[in-house]
Amino acid sequence: MIFLTIGSHEPFARLIKAVDEWSARNGATPEVFGQITDQGIADHPPQHFEAVGKMSPKEYDQKFSQADLIVSHAGMGSILTALSKGKPIVVMPRRGHLRETRNDHQYTTAKHLGDRPGVFVAEDETQLADVLDRTLATLEQCRNAPVSQVAQPQFTAALRSYLLTNTFARDGVSRGQNGEESFEV
Amino acid sequence: MSKMPHVLAISSAGGHWVQLMRLRPAWSGMRVTYVTTDPGSEEVLRQDAAEAGEAAPGFATVTEANRWQKLRLIRQLSQILFLLLRYRPDVVVSTGAAPGYFALRIGRLLGARTIWIDSMANAEELSLSGQKIGKHVDLWLTQWEHLARPEGPFYLGAVL
Repeated sequence: MIFLTIGSHEPFARLIKAVDEWSARNGATPEVFGQITDQGIADHPPQHFEAVGKMSPKEYDQKFSQADLIVSHAGMGSILTALSKGKPIVVMPRRGHLRETRNDHQYTTAKHLGDRPGVFVAEDETQLADVLDRTLATLEQCRNAPVSQVAQPQFTAALRSYLLTNTFARDGVSRGQNGEESFEV
Repeated sequence: MSKMPHVLAISSAGGHWVQLMRLRPAWSGMRVTYVTTDPGSEEVLRQDAAEAGEAAPGFATVTEANRWQKLRLIRQLSQILFLLLRYRPDVVVSTGAAPGYFALRIGRLLGARTIWIDSMANAEELSLSGQKIGKHVDLWLTQWEHLARPEGPFYLGAVL
């Protein structure tokens, strides 16, 4: 099963249509299940796969875990969840100039994280079918060990130290509340 | 500091929340109150706490709002003010977006220490809220080293 998710905030017609066409071409095999926002359901109800507007965090987590492949907008939540579950993910970024987001942050996310193992980027709807076909053809090799469920240990340790001592260390220098420097003790 | 601080960790639902969850080891063992926009997250938090053999953390929700929904933003702002007055946390930490911005601005006025962790989704420039919040927080962070500046935002690591 392929889980298509486009985030909970805004519809993403380009991606929904591209997946619908791809699914039609394949006779709806493999099965696709989509979470495409209520507006997405109203505006462009997919003809060749089952979809819902929104899901509870628990349902979302279950669907994510059952999927063999994730197809998504290039949102951080989808990418982090896919990596932490070891699921291959195909992302297509929302674009600023098409008013799919405020700016091109998803495009830069795809650029900066697209080389991670298990992350595959379709720059736009014209590339999606190809990227999907290629990823599915090599799905066994695309599965990766899940990354850690939590942030980089040095990051949470630094935050923890700040929470407990009100200072944080950076480049061997610790800083007080207002950023004034003092030597590390 | 003699006692463990009470941490209020707040973000909107979705990617910001996923990032906040990945930071949980930073405040494990401390009293923590989570605030987000999706009531369904409470079930997951409770389940995680039960599996870890810990007490369920505090949880509250506020209205979801984007930058164009003025009335909803005002409602969200007043809910956050009410929550901060009720809980009086020692520290407010957020990964974004609007609810975090409001909570950090109000939290600081109420004397809490404040931490902004700009979303990892902003790899080439800080989010709008992230740019605006810089001078109002005690700890101002980006998750991309190349965006760090000597005067802030600082880089201490990333959620991935």
